[in-house]
Amino acid sequence: MALLSKKDTSLILDPLADNNPITIQVLGICSALAITAELKASIVMALSVMFVLGMGNVVISLMRNIIPSKIRIIVQLVVVAALVIMVDQVLKAFAYELSKTLSVFVGLIITNCIIMGRFEAFALANGPWRSFLDGIGNSAGYGLILIIIGFFRELLGSGTLLGFKVLGDPIEKTGLYAIGYENNGFMLLSPMALIVVGLIIWVQRSRNKALIEEN
Amino acid sequence: MAVNTDKNSYTVIFAAVMVVIVGSLLAFFASSLSEKIQENERLEKQQNILYAMGVNENVDEGSVNFVSTDKVAGEFEKYITEQLVIEGDKITKDDNAYLIDLKKQETEAKAGKTRKLPLFIGEKDGSKYYIIPMRGKGLWDAIWGFVALDNNLVVKGVYFDHKGETPGLGANIKQRYFMDDFTGESILKGTEYAGIAVAKGNNDPTNEIKDDNEVDALAGATITGNGLSAMIKESVNLYKSYLESIRAKN
Repeated sequence: MALLSKKDTSLILDPLADNNPITIQVLGICSALAITAELKASIVMALSVMFVLGMGNVVISLMRNIIPSKIRIIVQLVVVAALVIMVDQVLKAFAYELSKTLSVFVGLIITNCIIMGRFEAFALANGPWRSFLDGIGNSAGYGLILIIIGFFRELLGSGTLLGFKVLGDPIEKTGLYAIGYENNGFMLLSPMALIVVGLIIWVQRSRNKALIEEN
Repeated sequence: MAVNTDKNSYTVIFAAVMVVIVGSLLAFFASSLSEKIQENERLEKQQNILYAMGVNENVDEGSVNFVSTDKVAGEFEKYITEQLVIEGDKITKDDNAYLIDLKKQETEAKAGKTRKLPLFIGEKDGSKYYIIPMRGKGLWDAIWGFVALDNNLVVKGVYFDHKGETPGLGANIKQRYFMDDFTGESILKGTEYAGIAVAKGNNDPTNEIKDDNEVDALAGATITGNGLSAMIKESVNLYKSYLESIRAKN
């Protein structure tokens, strides 16, 4: 028996493209705007969300038969918040440097609508293993978009990638800057993240016509 | 056995049990890890103070590398020769002055008490460094830092950090290219304690003019920059009388 059945594979692969949480479901936009000015921050955020969503989906899925439906949203919130606080504390104790880098992002994970969305839509109705795969898949889809946006915003906005000056030094006028290239400071501001998301959605839909809604 | 999860009593009991379990879990985590977290924060403070006076492991132009955590305690003892607590006119020596919580002292001062001002004196290659810790407000949350001065109140090095400034914008106050600009600036303008302003209209991006009490601002981070300027100015004025005495000795 293969480790992943065909259905399980689609749980991971679907959210990467045709059912992407950001570009198709338009969830998690807030953090996509807030933290993508740097590529590193995008990667870190993607990994943190992957951990919390994977774990959270499993926890919710295990409890799905005993959660009272009236207060299920509160229960979900408590689970995310508890997980996030635990991650934060453990990082501060054992990986202090890393926790400094993460700083605000850890808290921001709680507000990510993808997490609540997956709890509500998937984990409450499926077993732990499939929920785990769904969590990993969706956070990977989210992370992919985050990294693409972070890549373009950092490259065009600051002329760096992961902090390395890939286009040369803007003050010393080396590399591309020597021939008159300028950084586009506008890329560092949040609206440009939305425009980049828009461009990704455009590209994606023009390649896959099935995604275009009729109206 | 199927439970009727829709019953009110079940809902209330579930909520109560959940709160107790999650609460005790978090309390357990917090209390079992707090010692380690505090130790990490203590070492970080030592690293930051040493960084401000130029004791670090920087290898290139771009990155900030502290003295490694296993060495920092020894280096701290070696380079920081004296730690003072200034309380009004009273100056006492205290080897744990670096553990003083500036935020707490700020609230004490607001309540009308004299605040304790820690000051660290370091010695490296025969010259003295006076390191002032400071704390202020950025755009979203607290910012803080350490500024090392020499006998003439010229900045020898700084370290800034923040709790939650915007990544890529205000968060860049802890980047090398920003912090390095402060070196060589004086906190004095004539006889006034003007501090160093983070100025947008500085017109000196490579920071060659060292007598203007200004460094080049970070694009897109006006409020963080203003907060930083205010923090430096306020803090050096708190230490004014002590700094005057250093200048007088010269």
